[in-house]
Amino acid sequence: MSQSALTGTGETLPRSPGMQGVVADWSSDQRAFKQVPWGKAMMWIFLLSDTFIFSSFLISYMTVRMSTTAVWPNPSEVFALTIAGKSVPLILIAIMTFVLISSSGTMVLAVNYGYRKDRVRTFVFLLLTAALGATFVGMQAFEWTKLIVEEGVRPWGNPLGAAQFGSSFFMITGFHGTHVSIGVIFLIIVAIKVLRGDLDNERPGFLTGRKGNYEMVETMGLYWHFVDLVWVFIFAFFYLW
Amino acid sequence: MTYVAHDESAFVPPFEVEEPELYHPKTFIGKYIWSQDAKVIAVQYSITAIAVGLVALVLSGIMRLQLGFPHVFSFITPSTYLQYVTMHGMIMVIYLLTALFLGGFGNYLIPLMVGARDMVFPYVNMVSYWVYLFAVLLLMASFFVPGGPTGAGWTLYPPQAILDGTPGASWGIILMLVSLAFFIIGFTMGGLNYVVTVLQARTRGMTMMRLPLTIWGIFMATILALLAFPALFVSAIMMTLDQALGTSFFMPALVSKGQQLAYNGGSPILFQHLFWFFGHPEVYIVALPAFGIVSDLISVNARKNIFGYRMMVWAILAIGGLSFMVWAHHMYVSGMNPYFGFFFATTTLIIAVPTALKVYNWVLTLWRGDIHLTVPMLFAIGFIFTFINGGLTGLFLGNVPVDIPLSGTMFVVAHFHMVMAVSPILVVFGAIYHWYPKVTGRMLNDTMGKFHFWVTFLGTYAIYYPMHYLGFLGVPRRYYAMGNTVFIPESAQTLNEAITIAALIVGAVQVVFIYNLFWSYFNGKPSGPNPWRATTLEWQTPETPPKHGNFGPTLPAVYRWAYDYSVPGATEDFIPQNQPPGKWAKGLEDKPDASELGPLDSTSGIPKPLTGHS
Repeated sequence: MSQSALTGTGETLPRSPGMQGVVADWSSDQRAFKQVPWGKAMMWIFLLSDTFIFSSFLISYMTVRMSTTAVWPNPSEVFALTIAGKSVPLILIAIMTFVLISSSGTMVLAVNYGYRKDRVRTFVFLLLTAALGATFVGMQAFEWTKLIVEEGVRPWGNPLGAAQFGSSFFMITGFHGTHVSIGVIFLIIVAIKVLRGDLDNERPGFLTGRKGNYEMVETMGLYWHFVDLVWVFIFAFFYLW
Repeated sequence: MTYVAHDESAFVPPFEVEEPELYHPKTFIGKYIWSQDAKVIAVQYSITAIAVGLVALVLSGIMRLQLGFPHVFSFITPSTYLQYVTMHGMIMVIYLLTALFLGGFGNYLIPLMVGARDMVFPYVNMVSYWVYLFAVLLLMASFFVPGGPTGAGWTLYPPQAILDGTPGASWGIILMLVSLAFFIIGFTMGGLNYVVTVLQARTRGMTMMRLPLTIWGIFMATILALLAFPALFVSAIMMTLDQALGTSFFMPALVSKGQQLAYNGGSPILFQHLFWFFGHPEVYIVALPAFGIVSDLISVNARKNIFGYRMMVWAILAIGGLSFMVWAHHMYVSGMNPYFGFFFATTTLIIAVPTALKVYNWVLTLWRGDIHLTVPMLFAIGFIFTFINGGLTGLFLGNVPVDIPLSGTMFVVAHFHMVMAVSPILVVFGAIYHWYPKVTGRMLNDTMGKFHFWVTFLGTYAIYYPMHYLGFLGVPRRYYAMGNTVFIPESAQTLNEAITIAALIVGAVQVVFIYNLFWSYFNGKPSGPNPWRATTLEWQTPETPPKHGNFGPTLPAVYRWAYDYSVPGATEDFIPQNQPPGKWAKGLEDKPDASELGPLDSTSGIPKPLTGHS
């Protein structure tokens, strides 16, 4: 059985299924990944590179956590909120994580409606994704403020224990928060471009991709899901350990 | 004689992707300053890299003056000496070689050799250069800040890199780290372009296994860089925080100048691991493009196909993969577990297998070839010599028991200068002599080129061969002066003087090369489109130098691999990659044009009618 793929010039390209197809694609001319637009290929490779950055951060955090002789503060207590007189561990982080993971869901819907060329719904879900992302960053700012003002945590030391607790926390969540903020900005730009119809009308240009093709929404989505996935690892390694 | 072309096809699939619309600026500034044309960006990268490389060359001359004639030059103090060591190393490895091979040759050759109009993201590519330039300016600025540039050694090991007492521990180190971070950001923008262009923007008929080895080398080196630079980026951020905010990522509790510092509990070894996880692949980021380019130079000038093309490709991939598993061989003396040492020694020695395979294949390409000793060929053959020498001493240093006494001596300096400084630089020179005609339309002067080669090549041996002996004698590296070191004989100093004289001569002769670049731009012999009679696509462009868009109205179609030299039965001793079958072979000359032939099956290898090619 052979599948077929539509090329950029509108012709069909016969393809073999499974591994045979992969081998055939890699030994073919022009493109190693058939059907993958340039922007999407670039995003995947960028994310691979970014994975190495976050891995290096997390491995460094684990190393200094082992190298320091001071007591490591208990994250369940540090990141607890007192609600109605009771201390609830990790409640803020749980809400933040829920918000961020939900934004992946709205992003998927935006991509789906994009490929159906439903511009208004795509716009709404992109904006909703951006709003959830901004909420996440806002709650992170609240968490930072609480740690800095109430607990007295500083990058160079804190009253709770190991100095590396504060420095790793601010560095890693700060770097991740920057990623989320950049994502929010670009989500808004793409949302406006979708609503205006730039992706249908404009010649190839900044963040538009090929004419009449909503692949740019999907490329944006790749970045967004990556940022969410990274958060899962930060959550597991920093807050749960 | 029967015609035996390798990997030839008459059928070329149709275009899968519409051609991109290129942005054609009208003004001089749009064309040559804020240019989105990969070729212009390549020249910008190359000029910047060579300029900053000349600074590093002058620094090395000053270092040699101090080592050869200690206590003669009052402006070289122990502090400035360390600053020169640091800046020389960092500039040469990152700002010259990485930028020149990937930003320079990568930008120029990838679109031309794979048959693309331009890089896939020309705007991002342009930004890449300007971020690189900013990184260079930041680095150069460190010469003018209070305390001067950092003197921590190019490895920037903490804790000393940011401790009071190390030169440039306040401003210099920050500028160095920030400059590195910007370099990495800029490189990532370019690197994504190089990888995606090779993977997704090749022309019709250009399969991966028809790519010239130059492109394979640059492609794999770019992937290594995209995966290795993150470790340096992260360590640069953490060390900046340690210095500026007083965090303790890399800083243990320590006493400096009688004072207990506020640092506590960090891990200096962590920095070494991160640095060398970047640092070892970096060796291959510099070496793989050199391997690729040298393969092409040898094949063109020996008028023979490269021996074992597929093996060469797999060797590049294997070296790339293995290069991520050997980093701790730079850390044998850091007190690590001997079992780790055993592991890293083993992986290090395994890398010698694909590397030796490449050397054999270069030599076998030369074997019974019709060798033209052009200037690029001289540099390519010179590379084989220096690379074998440097590679063999690498086998010494890869073994833990041999490395421990030799590490920290001039032997190491001699080794890595042979293998990753001189060897890639010889290829850079060869490549510039080879592709200068395509960039400018004029040949570089041959006499100056040969003079440049012989002095550089022989001078290399005059400099680095004796340095191995200095290492065996125990002369330490990075020392400002030896002082009363009883176990080192007096003659070591004589040797040092000789090395310095050789180094100064070699350094001075590079002026001839620079002069040649300018002189030939105006007075060089016009080269024509294909002076070396080469097969690859960049020599088949309608204009020389190629215009924006590279290939005129239609992109070329590729019918064969890049190495059809001296094909038996063909009328010329080279067949360009975009030459359709049927026009070359003596046996077919009296037959009708290929386009009039009927369709034939693919197994017979006889031309089918051509579609879509003018």
